[in-house]
Amino acid sequence: MSDQIIQMEQVNKWFGDFQVLKDINLQVTSKQKIVVCGPSGSGKSTLIRCINRLEEHQKGKIIVDGTELTENTKNIEKIRAEVGMVFQQFNLFPHLSILDNCTLAPIWVKKMPKKEAEELAMKQLEQVQIVDQAKKFPGQLSGGQQQRCAIARALCMKPKIMLFDEPTSALDPEMIKEVLDAMVNLAKAGMTMIVVTHEMGFAKEVADEVIFMDEGMIVEKQPTKEFFANPKSDRTKLFLSQIL
Amino acid sequence: MIKNLDFLGKPSREKINIFVGLGSSLFVLGMIDLLLNSFFEFNVTSFLPRWINYFTPLILCFLGLHYIRIEFSGNRTLDNLNKNLNSNWFNSLLSILIIFILVLSLPPLLDWLFFDANFSGQTKEDCTGDGACWVFIKIWIPRFIYGMYPMTEIWRINTTFLLLIGLVILLFLTPPKYKKYIVIFLLFVFPFIMINLLSGGNFGLKWVETNSWGGLSLTFIISIFALIFCFPVGIFLALGRRSSTPVTRYSSIGFIEFWRGVPLITVLFMASVMFPMFLPDGTYMDKLIRVIIAITLFEAAYMAEVIRGGLQALPRGQYDAGKSLGMGYWKLHLLVIMPQALKLVIPGIANTFLALVKDTPLILVVGLLELVGMIDMAKTNPKWLGFAAEGYVFAGVVFWIICYSMSRYSQRLEKKYKTDR
Repeated sequence: MSDQIIQMEQVNKWFGDFQVLKDINLQVTSKQKIVVCGPSGSGKSTLIRCINRLEEHQKGKIIVDGTELTENTKNIEKIRAEVGMVFQQFNLFPHLSILDNCTLAPIWVKKMPKKEAEELAMKQLEQVQIVDQAKKFPGQLSGGQQQRCAIARALCMKPKIMLFDEPTSALDPEMIKEVLDAMVNLAKAGMTMIVVTHEMGFAKEVADEVIFMDEGMIVEKQPTKEFFANPKSDRTKLFLSQIL
Repeated sequence: MIKNLDFLGKPSREKINIFVGLGSSLFVLGMIDLLLNSFFEFNVTSFLPRWINYFTPLILCFLGLHYIRIEFSGNRTLDNLNKNLNSNWFNSLLSILIIFILVLSLPPLLDWLFFDANFSGQTKEDCTGDGACWVFIKIWIPRFIYGMYPMTEIWRINTTFLLLIGLVILLFLTPPKYKKYIVIFLLFVFPFIMINLLSGGNFGLKWVETNSWGGLSLTFIISIFALIFCFPVGIFLALGRRSSTPVTRYSSIGFIEFWRGVPLITVLFMASVMFPMFLPDGTYMDKLIRVIIAITLFEAAYMAEVIRGGLQALPRGQYDAGKSLGMGYWKLHLLVIMPQALKLVIPGIANTFLALVKDTPLILVVGLLELVGMIDMAKTNPKWLGFAAEGYVFAGVVFWIICYSMSRYSQRLEKKYKTDR
């Protein structure tokens, strides 16, 4: 069990009186791809935002890459630098060019020399096929291009884990594919990924395991084939019947 | 009622010549009537009843504009005119009134400012015309600029400001790579050179007390220092007010609300009269420094609220994105949050800066005389009594030039940093 890169034990979280996460237990091994699905408000986003502590959990234990997430700010920053995240709303920095978006964190957080950072950024932008947009600003790009840039930006930090929070939900249908393609390539390259998404096609293609969440609990956790072929709980069946 | 005017039919393109001819001659008649009435005391329409007679120019011009108002006339000038000044009867009325006000007020104003004004001479007695006495400004201008600074030493003020201007020009000319060195020099080295050069006391320079500093140069000195200092203080206060630590948050709120709540005059008075009482015996802080600190803190409170406005306009996603890349609080704010927030509030910052510059005359209450203060003093000089108007017009023009150039510069910055579509 030594290559468990994320361990969540009995994680609980409340927003005021409302409990968003209930006794979450989750182990992720290195290079595993996990898709999290579930109805809205089920706590999927909160779950993955807890992994890089954009949200604080109040009870339980989260260990990422051997470091437990506590109040210790230094540890949190270290973990965040190792965990890349892609958001539903892209969240690119609008005041910087695409290239600068990608080099900002490597230069300032990892103290990488500027030249090296730019080479790395160009390589990553090439991977997601927007290298020709490098000098433009986020506002001049389409949604799909922006999201691919966001993926490249996260990858420039050379993360061990990538978190995707509904990366295609804010996109036009025809742009979804280009983003999913980039994600599939990333999965094939062996990245550890946790993806919150409703794209079941993507789940079938790349996921090792699928997690179904409802009301803050993990209702079902199964290898992908099992999950789609014979889901155990009725809630999952209902959800799948509606989404497929 | 308006329909009854169209006995020739609605103004239309077919009869464009008739309507334009009729309309413009009515308008010209109205203007002539107005001019004769006001400047030559000759009333052409005195035969009419008094109440109509009084409004004849207005009525004539109104009718004129009504006939000119031809939709899609095909004549570009006429169309533009109609669109901008004459789109309906109400707008035409407003246009006429504004034109009347200009026609009536400009000539006397220009007369006072230029044509009847006195430019030559050395004393009050040389001002014989009806207009402004610019001799007053001419004689006093060294004082308006340098205050009571010894006249033999004013080269020091000149050198300081020429140096400053030179450095700023250099800043614009140097390639981006070296700009930061000049900025560092300007912010951290130049102020000391400036203070040393102006107050003297070493390097063989004669000591000049700050009490004798004054005029426009003092306006600039106070403004420059207050502008430079109030900006970072404002940023820290704005961040402090949004801090999650209660001590930081509440002390920032307390500070901001205190300074926003007291009038500047009170603050200045406190700084110059009350503050020294609290200082331990034997310590002394120059009045000018106290005043600059007071103005800085006062404006910083406003600046903080302006910047906080910008911070609040940023979506939470920007914080999330920065954090998820491993940035700590200061890196996140320095690299991601502040550049965007400040860009958003450039107009507000410019506003505060302009207010600051225009607040400087208030230092009068503590006995420091900048431009307006010097004018105040000059107008009470027994040899030059009665030239308040000239003095204040001059001050107004100078302040307007300063503020307008700042405003233009802020607009340029806004354009420059506009990166979204």
